[in-house]
Amino acid sequence: MTDVADAIVVGAGIVGAACADALAQDGWRVRVLERARPGGRATAAGMGHVLVLDDSEAQFALTRLGRDLWRARDWPPSVERDDCGTIWVAADDAEFDAARGKSEWYAARGVRTGLLDARALRDAEPELHEGLRGGLHIADDLVVHPPTATAHLLACARAHGALVEPLRSVRVVGDGNVELDDDTRLSAALVVVAAGLDTPRLLGHRPDALRIRAKKGHLVISDRAPGFVRHQLVELGYLKSAHGGTARSVAFNAQPRRSGQLLLGSSRQVDVVEPRVEHDMLAAMIARAMRFLPRIGSLPGLRVWTGLRPSTDDNLPFIGRLPDAPRTIVAAGHEGLGITTSLSTAKLVADLAADRTPCIDPRWFACDRSTAELAHG
Amino acid sequence: MAEHDLRLRVDGRDVEVPAGHSVAAALANLRLPARRSIRGHARAPLCGMGICFECRVTIDGKRLVRACMVECKDGMEVLTRDG
Amino acid sequence: MDELDCEVLVVGAGPAGVAAAATAAECGRDVLVVDDNRHPGGQIWRRSVATGTPSIAERWLGRAQSAGARFAFPLRIADAHDPTRLVAVGDDGPIALRCEQLVLALGASERFLPFPGWTIPGVCGVGGLQALVKQGLAIRGQRVAIAGSGPLLLAVAASLREHGACVLGIFEQAPRSRVRRFGLGLLARPGKLAHGLGLLNRLRGVPRHHDAWPTRVEVRGSSLRATFRTTHGERTLDVDWLAAGFGLVPNVDVAALLGCRIEDERVVVDEFTRTTIPDVFAVGETIGIAGVEAALSDGITAGLACAGRDADARRAARARYRERRFGDALARTYALRDELRALAAPDTVICRCEDTPIADLAHCADAREAKLLARCGMGPCQGRVCGPALAFLRGWSRDSVRPPLVPLTFSELSALDEPPCR
Repeated sequence: MTDVADAIVVGAGIVGAACADALAQDGWRVRVLERARPGGRATAAGMGHVLVLDDSEAQFALTRLGRDLWRARDWPPSVERDDCGTIWVAADDAEFDAARGKSEWYAARGVRTGLLDARALRDAEPELHEGLRGGLHIADDLVVHPPTATAHLLACARAHGALVEPLRSVRVVGDGNVELDDDTRLSAALVVVAAGLDTPRLLGHRPDALRIRAKKGHLVISDRAPGFVRHQLVELGYLKSAHGGTARSVAFNAQPRRSGQLLLGSSRQVDVVEPRVEHDMLAAMIARAMRFLPRIGSLPGLRVWTGLRPSTDDNLPFIGRLPDAPRTIVAAGHEGLGITTSLSTAKLVADLAADRTPCIDPRWFACDRSTAELAHG
Repeated sequence: MAEHDLRLRVDGRDVEVPAGHSVAAALANLRLPARRSIRGHARAPLCGMGICFECRVTIDGKRLVRACMVECKDGMEVLTRDG
Repeated sequence: MDELDCEVLVVGAGPAGVAAAATAAECGRDVLVVDDNRHPGGQIWRRSVATGTPSIAERWLGRAQSAGARFAFPLRIADAHDPTRLVAVGDDGPIALRCEQLVLALGASERFLPFPGWTIPGVCGVGGLQALVKQGLAIRGQRVAIAGSGPLLLAVAASLREHGACVLGIFEQAPRSRVRRFGLGLLARPGKLAHGLGLLNRLRGVPRHHDAWPTRVEVRGSSLRATFRTTHGERTLDVDWLAAGFGLVPNVDVAALLGCRIEDERVVVDEFTRTTIPDVFAVGETIGIAGVEAALSDGITAGLACAGRDADARRAARARYRERRFGDALARTYALRDELRALAAPDTVICRCEDTPIADLAHCADAREAKLLARCGMGPCQGRVCGPALAFLRGWSRDSVRPPLVPLTFSELSALDEPPCR
C-alpha cells in the first residue's frame, strides 16, 4: 500500500510536534506517525525547564532562539507556563566568579541577568542554605508542562491540516519513505525523523554518524508546598556534572511547579536503559539537594520516575539532512534540552525544508559534522 | 468498648475522644471534614482502608497521614487544612 | 535502614495471608507477615473497637502464631523490584524485608464510580462505612442508604443495622432476576446459602431495590438528599450517610511493580498460586474477587507450595478451584450495567486528589494521557480511586505504578539506600 503526504514526521515527542506545527504552518501537508502516544516518553519524563545555556555558541544560539519562541507564543493554561526564571546557585567564591563571568558573557549577547550576593540569594529563596555564596538570576527562563505543550503544538498542526496518528509504529526510514510495523509503506517529499533514542535504529544504524545514547535520569515530585522554592534552582556545578565524563552523576536542580509541587532532579547515568528507580541514585540526588535546601527532607515525596535522555557525543542535537538521503531531515539527540530547543529546532528544520536562509548556522548541528572541524572553523 | 477518653488537639481545639478510635472516626464523629480539596471543597473519608487518601491530615507535623490508618493517641495534634 | 529476614514473607494479614502464613509456618517455614494496618485481619476480619476481632480470625491468627509465624505492623510496602528484598515503611521509617519466597495477599478495594455529589462528606464506600464504624464512627440512630453492587451491600447493611443504624434502603444495580439466579446457585453451597439467608433475615424490613442506583446527592441542611433511579422511577431519601461501592477491585500494586503478569485487573497465577515471577505467589482477592473461603483455600495452597509439599498443594488447589468458581458467579451476577457509565455530569470530579472534572478527559485516549494532560491520577492516591473507575467507564487499563507506593518524605526516600545497621 502506498500513500502520499508532503511531509512525514516520525515521532510525536515535543520535537516532532514542534516540527509538525512549523511545517504545517509553512504549508506542508504533514502526517505525524507516533508509535505510542504523543509526548509520552522522554517529553513526559522531563522537567519542562526552558532556559538559555552557554556551554557553546551553538548551544546558546539554539537555546536562546528556543526560549524566545516559547516566550513569544500564546500558550493555553494547561501548559502551566510559569515565568519563574532560573537562579544558578554559586556555592563558593570560585563558583561566584564563574557566575560573574557568565553574567558578562550573557550581557554581551543581550540576555537579561542579575548577579545575586549571598543576602540577595537568601531574600530570593529563603529556604536555601545560608552558607551559599550567591547566584546568577536569569529572569526570562521559564517552566512549562511538556505533555500539554506537545498536545497544543499538535493541535496547532492539525489546525493547519496535519494528520496526527498515534499508535503507528515506524520500522524503518528510507529516503522519502517509511515502512510501518504493519507493512504499510508511505512516501513523501520529506521525512523528518524526530524519534529521539529510536532514531539510529530507524535509520538502519548508519555506520557514518548519528550516535545517540541513553542518559537515564531520575526525578521526584513532592506534594503541594507552595512557595518552598520560587525560581528554578540549579547548582552552578550542574554542567560539570551533566556533561562530565563520569558514567553516573547527580546535581541539584529544583523546580517550582504551577501546582505548588516541587520537582527535584537530577541524575545522569550513561547507557543505562533499565527504567526502574535506583535507590542509590535517588538517595544521592536527594542528599545533594539537602546541601542546598536543608529543610527539603520533611516534604512528602509522591512519585519517583525515570526517563531516558537521547544524548550525543558533543552534547548538541542532530538537526539536518542526511548527506546521502536528501529527502530525510533528522531532528534528534536533544538530551535534556528538548523542551527548550523544540521550537528552535522546528524553525531550523522548516528553514532547511524550504531551502530558506536558516535561522541558525546549520553546520553546528549537521548530521555529518566533525566536532574537531567545527571547533577550529 | 473504649474505657477512657483521650485528649486530641484538632486545628487548635481540644477535643475528647474514646481510646481505640481511629483519627478518621474521631473527625467524623466531630462532624469535621478531613481536608479541603485543591478547589476548596470539604472532603471526608471514602474508603476507610488507606487507599483513597481522602482522609489525609497532618498529625504531629507529619503531612499526608491517612487518618483512617492511625489510632488516636493522647496529646496528638491533628490539622485538617491539608491540600 | 533496618532489615527483617525471613524465609516466607506474606504481604497482607487478611484471610488469604494469614492462611498462607499459618500453613507455611506449620510446615516448618520461617514466616513473617506484614500489613499496612495496625491490627491483623484485613478488611473482612477487621477488628472492631466495639466487638474486637471475629472469632474465626482469632483461630487462624492463633494457628499462625503458635506455628511460629511473626507479625510486623504497620508496615506498608513502598517499593518492590527484587522479590527477595522489598522496601517497606512503618512508624519508624523505611525497613528492608528479605525473603526467599513472597506471598502477596494484598486484598481488594472498592470500585467507586463518580456521580454528582459523590465527593460530599457523608458519601463514602460501603466497605468504607463498615471500616469507619469498626474504627469507632458512631452510627447509632444515623440514617443510612446503601448503594452500588455485590453481596457486600447486604453484609454491611446487616452489620450497620446491628450497630443501631437506620438503614433506609439498599439499592443494588444488578437485575433482580440475576441476583435470584445467583441465590438459587447457592443451594449447592449450604454454608454460603445459610449465610445469605441469615443476612436476609437480619435485613427484614429494610427496603431492597434491584435495578437501582444513585444518580445524585445534594446537601440539604444537615442531611444529604440522595436520589436514586429505581424501577419505580426516581426515589429520594434524606440520609446522614450514603454508602456507595460498585464491587471490589484487586489490589495489585506490589505485584505490578515486581512485574507479575496482570490481566483483567488481577494477578495471574497457576494452580499453586504462583505468579509469573519465580517464588512470588499471589492469593485471595489479589487474584480475583471470590470471597473469604476462596481466600483461605488460596492461602493454604500457597503455604503448602512454599514448603515444597506439592502433592498436598495440589489437593488444596482442588478446593481452591471450587471456591474460585463462586467468584465467576459473583462476577456474572454483579457485572456493572452500562447506565452507570453515564452517571457523572461534565463537571463531576473524577480525580478527587486533583479535582479534575471528567469533562477534562474529553481528549484523552488512555489513563496515561489522563494523567499527563489532565492531572487525573497525579495525587497522593496515585490513581487508586480514578483508575478503577476509568477502567469501567472508559475501558482504560491502569497506568504504570510508580514508587513509592505510599508517600514518603524526601528524607525517607533518601534512606531507602542506606546499608543495614545492625
